[in-house]
Amino acid sequence: MVSPTSEQLLTYADGALILSHRLSEWMSNAPTMEEDIALGNIALDLLGQARGLLQHLGNEDELAYFREPQEFRNPLLCELPNGDYAHAMIRQLFADAWFAEVWPQLAADGTVDIDVRGVAEKAVKENAYHWRHSSAWVVRLGDGTDESHRRTQDALDAIWPYRGEVASDQWYARVEPVLAQATLTTPGRDAWIQRGSADGWHTEHLGYLLAEMQSLARAHPGATW
Amino acid sequence: MYSQALDERDGVADEAVNAAFEQRVAAEEKVEANDRMPAAYRKTLIRQISQHAHSEIIGMQPEGNWITRAPSLRRKAILLAKVQDEAGHGLYLYAAAETLGVSREELVDQLLAGTAKYSSIFNYPTLTWADMGAIGWLVDGAAIMNQIPLCRCSYGPYARAMMRICKEESFHQRQGFEIMVTLSRGTEAQRAMAQDALNRWWWPSLMMFGPHDSESTHSDTSMRWKIKRFSNDELRQKFVDVTVPQADFLGLAVPDPDLRYDDATGHYVFGEPDWSEFKAVLRGEGPCNAQRLAHRRRAHDDGAWVREAAQAHAAKQQAEQVA
Repeated sequence: MVSPTSEQLLTYADGALILSHRLSEWMSNAPTMEEDIALGNIALDLLGQARGLLQHLGNEDELAYFREPQEFRNPLLCELPNGDYAHAMIRQLFADAWFAEVWPQLAADGTVDIDVRGVAEKAVKENAYHWRHSSAWVVRLGDGTDESHRRTQDALDAIWPYRGEVASDQWYARVEPVLAQATLTTPGRDAWIQRGSADGWHTEHLGYLLAEMQSLARAHPGATW
Repeated sequence: MYSQALDERDGVADEAVNAAFEQRVAAEEKVEANDRMPAAYRKTLIRQISQHAHSEIIGMQPEGNWITRAPSLRRKAILLAKVQDEAGHGLYLYAAAETLGVSREELVDQLLAGTAKYSSIFNYPTLTWADMGAIGWLVDGAAIMNQIPLCRCSYGPYARAMMRICKEESFHQRQGFEIMVTLSRGTEAQRAMAQDALNRWWWPSLMMFGPHDSESTHSDTSMRWKIKRFSNDELRQKFVDVTVPQADFLGLAVPDPDLRYDDATGHYVFGEPDWSEFKAVLRGEGPCNAQRLAHRRRAHDDGAWVREAAQAHAAKQQAEQVA
């Protein structure tokens, strides 16, 4: 096995960081109080994972707050706006299936720094819960009411092109049965894939996310918080 | 629902039952969910616990306002955890209220309809990052003063919920003070931010203890029933006595020209809050009342289809199991 490059670790770190940010936007907006708590939990786990990797790669706050959008390496999927709860859960399902592959590989990779393996080992356990949460919700929403089915199918259609940067055979094998159980139809493995994050070419959404996230830190360069 | 039937079947207050209840409470015995209790005691507790629960849920908004702009990842994690704790407190408190025979849905409907109250402090805006510090330090600090005595409340389920909540609130208070320490030792702009936050949050925090004892409508009975242990004015004095030296430590000025230490009593003497503002915020005319409620209603309405889907799916699963 080839040891992951810093670029790959940055992809995982940024993926967790940006998705955590999106989930944190749900706080006080979730459909139930239990979901406010659950999304907060997942956001915190992802933030912890991101911090673990960013601290290994350099200064976490320099990396999070003082890079330009083009320097971020997160898959486009992670930066997609929240939309409705169906969008949030489909996006989460796709990301959880990606991380379900990422973390065990890192944890088992003897060539990887021990701190990074520590982050990955913890993340394996956390991700198992996240996956349980997102897959259960996708099934509930897909196979719930007519309205929830329609919304979830719309979300799936909208997000499906963004699977390409995270999908593998293993990924499809994880995700497709859940979507089938949710009575949803995928546009197929061969459908169009939207790419760009490896080159720093993101969606328009990342610029706004970072403008907000970085605003205070950048207004006071050098300050300690 | 069994417990509710016990006191309400009598219709008119049952003197003997009430006398026995008063005796138990006076002897510091805990009242539990299925025990007999006067209808007014039940009503008072439902009102107080649900107002507290609503406050936690509405309170997620002013702090949630800064999660996405937290200036470091460490601060972001702490703030996220804090807002999540508030959702958790809301949940336990609704559950504690439910032991009194009322449903969470009913209580939430009252909040959404605007007929239930929540702490007025959350109707003030959070304008800078320093407000995250000031809220933790002052608002959570004041909340703890109010809430520690509730751990000894005569109603067992409420007292037990409060023990856990107070532990978490104490962490919130310390993280808030730590933000203030960092800001007050930071750049000039950070110090100015900290002072501005203290200027805006000081008086609303003092008003969190409620009106003067002479004006407080529910106090006497609540004291006798050991729901309340200290009067509003006693707690406010205690808060000022503890907090002013902390402001001195931070090098920040408390915005009260009448504030002075009285050697004779060992207490601070302080000015009068603007009670007309307090009343206006209670009436719904605070800077954020409409915004907070609209936010809560929107989140509730936007989530309706999700809750319906979850119920429909659960019903399908159940039908399959039966078949």
